[in-house]
Parts: sequence; C-alpha cells; structure tokens
Amino acid sequence: MTAVTEVALAPDVRPAAPKRRRTSAFWLAVPIAVIVVAVFVLPLTGLLPDTGQDLAATRRPPGWLGGGSWSHPLGTDKLGQDVLTQFVSAGRLTIVIGLVGAFVAIGPGTLLGLLAGYFRGWVDRLISILIDAQLALPFILIALAIISNRGSSLPVLFLVLSLTGWAICARVTRSATLAIRERQFVLGLRAAGASEARIVFRHILPNLAGTIVALGTLQVGTAILVESALSFLGLGVVPPMISWGSLLASGQNELSQAWWIAFFPGLAITVLVVLVNLLGDALLTHHDPRKRQR
Amino acid sequence: MKASTIRRIGGRLAALLASLLIALSMAFLLGRLSGDPTATILGPMAPEEQRIELRHELGLDRPLLVQYLDYLKGVFTGDLGQSLQFYQSNTSMIMDRLPFTLQLVAAGMALAVLVGVPLGVLAATREGTWWDRAASTLALLGQSVPVFWFGMMLVVLFAVRLGWLPAGQSGTPAHLVLPALTMSVYPMAQIARLTRASMSDALAEPYIDSARARGILRRRVVWRHAFKNAMMPILTIVVLQTGILLSGAVAVEYVYSWPGLGQLALQAIQFRDFPLVQAIVVFGALVFVLLNLLVDVIHSIVDPRVR
Repeated sequence: MTAVTEVALAPDVRPAAPKRRRTSAFWLAVPIAVIVVAVFVLPLTGLLPDTGQDLAATRRPPGWLGGGSWSHPLGTDKLGQDVLTQFVSAGRLTIVIGLVGAFVAIGPGTLLGLLAGYFRGWVDRLISILIDAQLALPFILIALAIISNRGSSLPVLFLVLSLTGWAICARVTRSATLAIRERQFVLGLRAAGASEARIVFRHILPNLAGTIVALGTLQVGTAILVESALSFLGLGVVPPMISWGSLLASGQNELSQAWWIAFFPGLAITVLVVLVNLLGDALLTHHDPRKRQR
Repeated sequence: MKASTIRRIGGRLAALLASLLIALSMAFLLGRLSGDPTATILGPMAPEEQRIELRHELGLDRPLLVQYLDYLKGVFTGDLGQSLQFYQSNTSMIMDRLPFTLQLVAAGMALAVLVGVPLGVLAATREGTWWDRAASTLALLGQSVPVFWFGMMLVVLFAVRLGWLPAGQSGTPAHLVLPALTMSVYPMAQIARLTRASMSDALAEPYIDSARARGILRRRVVWRHAFKNAMMPILTIVVLQTGILLSGAVAVEYVYSWPGLGQLALQAIQFRDFPLVQAIVVFGALVFVLLNLLVDVIHSIVDPRVR
C-alpha cells in the first residue's frame, strides 16, 4: 500500500489526477427505497391484477407489445397468471432474504473478527485458520454439500448465506480492530479498569460501526445473487414461496415462447444489486480515510 | 532456491493443508450427520435386517474415527468412493465430465483475460475520463448481473430470435460460444477492476516518472514498466477465479445443458446421491487448494522480491 501514500504525498507529479466526485450515499439510497416501498406497498393498494389462473390468456406478452394488454402490464405465464403480481410478491421475499442473509453473515463475522483482533494470541490464530479455510473453498461447494444433505428450505439457505459471507467480514473487522486496540483511548480505558467486554462492545465496536454497515450493505448484494443462483437451480427458495431467483427458474423453460417471465426478475436483480453495490462502495469510501483522500 | 523461499512455501503449504483438512472434514461430517443413507437407498419401508446388512456392506457400522481415516486415505489415493445412483467409481465419473468443464472454463477465462486486462489498463491510463467511467460501469454490471440470467437472455437473443447459435448441448465450436461468453462475465469484471487498481498504483510510482523523463515511449512505459509490475495481483486473481469457475460452473452448465461437472453435481443432488456430491466437493476443494499453491509458486518465480 506504499503506492497510495506516494500518491497523496506527490499529487502534482502526476498528470492532474482528477478528483472523482462520488455520488453521495443518500442519492443511492433513494432508488433502493423506492424499489423496497413499491414491492411492499403495491400489494396493499389493490392495483395489482389477481394472481388467479386464466387459461384463456396464457403467455400474453407485456402491455406495450403487440398482442399484450394493459390488464397484465408485464404479461402472463403459461397458466395465465399475471407476471407483475408474481414479480412484486417475489421481490418481497428476495429483499427479506437479502437483508436477513447479510445479517446472518455479518453477525458472526463481526464477533469473530472483534475477538481475533482484540485478544490476538491463540484466539486470533484459531479464528484466522478458520477464515483462511473458509475462503479457500468456493461457496458453491459448501452450498452443494449442505443442501444435498439438508434439502432446500429457508433456514438452510440462511445457513449457506452465513457460511459464505462471515469470513470476509471477519477478516476486515479483525484488521480494523487490530488498529483500534492500539489507540490511546483503549489504553486509558484499561488503566481506568474497564472490563474487556466493555472495551470491546461499548468502545471498539461503535468505532467500527461505519465499516460494518458498509460491509453489510455489500453483503446484501451478495446474498441476493447467491439466493437467485440457488433458487434458479431449485436449491434455494422452493414452491409455494417465490423469489426473483425462483421466477427465473420457472422462466427457463419458457424462454422460446415467453421471454418476459425470466426477463423482468433478472433485470430487477441486476438493478437492485448494482444500486446496493454502489451504495456499499460509497459507504466504504466514506469510512476509509485512506480512500477518501484520493 | 534460497532457504527463505523454501520456508515461505513450506509455511504456505502447511496453511493450505490445514484449510484442505478442514474442508475435507466438513464434507465428511456433513455426510455422516445427514442421517441414515440406507433409508435413501432402500427406501423408508425396508426391513431392519436388510438395512443392517447394507450398513455393514458400506462400512457404516465401524467406529466413526476408523471411517474418517479410511475416507482420508481414499482421498489421498484418488479413491473418492462409489456413487449410489450409478454404481460406478466417483473418480472415474468425475474424470469423464472434467474435460467438458475444463473446455468451458478455459474458453471463458481466456475471454475474460483478453477483455478484462485491456479494459483495466485503459481505465487506469485514462483515469477520470469517460473511458474510465465506461470501463468501471461495465465492471460493476458484470459483478452485479446474475450470470445465468445473462446466459438466458443470450439464448433468447442469439438462439431463439436470431437463430445464429445453438441454445444448448455441446459438440461443435459454435456450441461453445454462448456458454463461454456467459462464463467470462464475472471474472472479466473482477479482472478489469483489479487491473485498474493495480495499474493505477504502479503508474504512480516514481520509476514511471523517471522512465517518462528519459523520453521512453508512453506505450512502452505503460506495458513494459508499469504493467510488468502490476501483473502479480492480476495473475493471482486469474488463477483463483479459474478455481472458482471450475466448481462454480453449475448454473452456466445448467442453462446450456452442458455435460460437465456442474450438471453431474446437480444430478447427484436430485437423486440424493451423497457420496457423489461429496466426491465432487472434495475434488473441487483439492483443485482449489492446488491452484492456491500454484499462485504462490508463480509469485516467487516471477517476483524476485519474495524469492
């Protein structure tokens, strides 16, 4: 990381390093909030078409295409069910899974990272070995091993999301904790006789809050992508529950006749994950003074 | 080789072996904790005597530790057990499917490197311009799109609508185009991002200014001076991504009915053929650990500073 300090020390040597203006986190949060509110509030308004089957109107294209009608704005599937209604209700589960999935990864990750960074010694060594072992395995292998045993259900999905996400979070928290524990105020607290638990949870943890929120945000994007891949393979969300990933799975066999069934959920996932990733990056930059300087 | 090199590689090797052992133990434990495999094979209605017999036949009535050691011995001698569903050796089935997955991974990775590296270099040498922004946007999209969905949309466009390319199966080079393209999206984004960061750091080094001051051509400075020094992290991510692709090809292979390892894993899961799933997981972990080791070896060969 020496290069970074050199940039900071000698800014005028380089051909005018242009300042990149970051879109503020707030402006990224707005579209995300719009998506979340839309997915949770639309069903309450009664504006959405029925979910009922209508065998007289199967595989209708979206309203703006020839053969489509505005009573089914995003078209219908092979049973004549409205695609928009399914899309909205699937979106709810996807967002919930994204949030819970990030939480179950960030929780244990933060805790283990804090312990490793604060206590060092054998605790650190043990946790670091676990982190390396976890990162040395592609997530899909872990997912396959667990799901082939336990079958697919929401708790299993959260277990997979937790196992695939905790390590990277623990690694970041660990190194941040290592830096903070050397600061003066920690020494002061210890001299004043504060308990270890109090120092870790009341004083070090709040200092990490920003970084943890940023990591959590990025993890939401990862969780949504992992969920969609597993559900697509029939290993994640199983009927009667639907998520954007499982809608993609049902659209897979209809690609040649009704592409719109798979198109919109995939587009929604992409847009949401792009926004979440941008937000996470913005937050991370905000909380990383080294990057903020650049 | 110096003693320090040997010690360094030895240390890394020990760490990798530890990860491998943890992974192998996890796979073993998951297999044993999953309940009675005889119920899967014989069905829930089978009489108890038949089950006891089968348990004995499969060696499941031995102490857990003996089973574990036996399993480890098998892994290191290349014996990954027998499939419940195909009555074949898992190792030979994996080897049958491996060439297909390798072909896909090689093509996808080649594409990812050929596009990702120049994209990253372009962004780093023109920092802040719209080239940079376009490359970064492309990389962000590549990291955020569900790749299998991208693959499905490629099928709709190029196979269903335009009819230029086949939608699935394997065989001719034309069959490889769409799957390889799909496969390359994620690693390409990763490579482009990392190349940009790494090149941007390298271009800020004082020796770049000194090379420019000596009047060396800009292109030569970028590729011979900066890129050579920025290459290590890029090489690392290429090798590691290859490892991830090898086992992560499941969804892409599923979209294109590509007869590789990923399809085999899915089949195994559908039929609750746990020994086969376990074998594939173990194989994937072995490959991944070996690739990690390869990175270290390349690192110490290419970069004299760590030698």
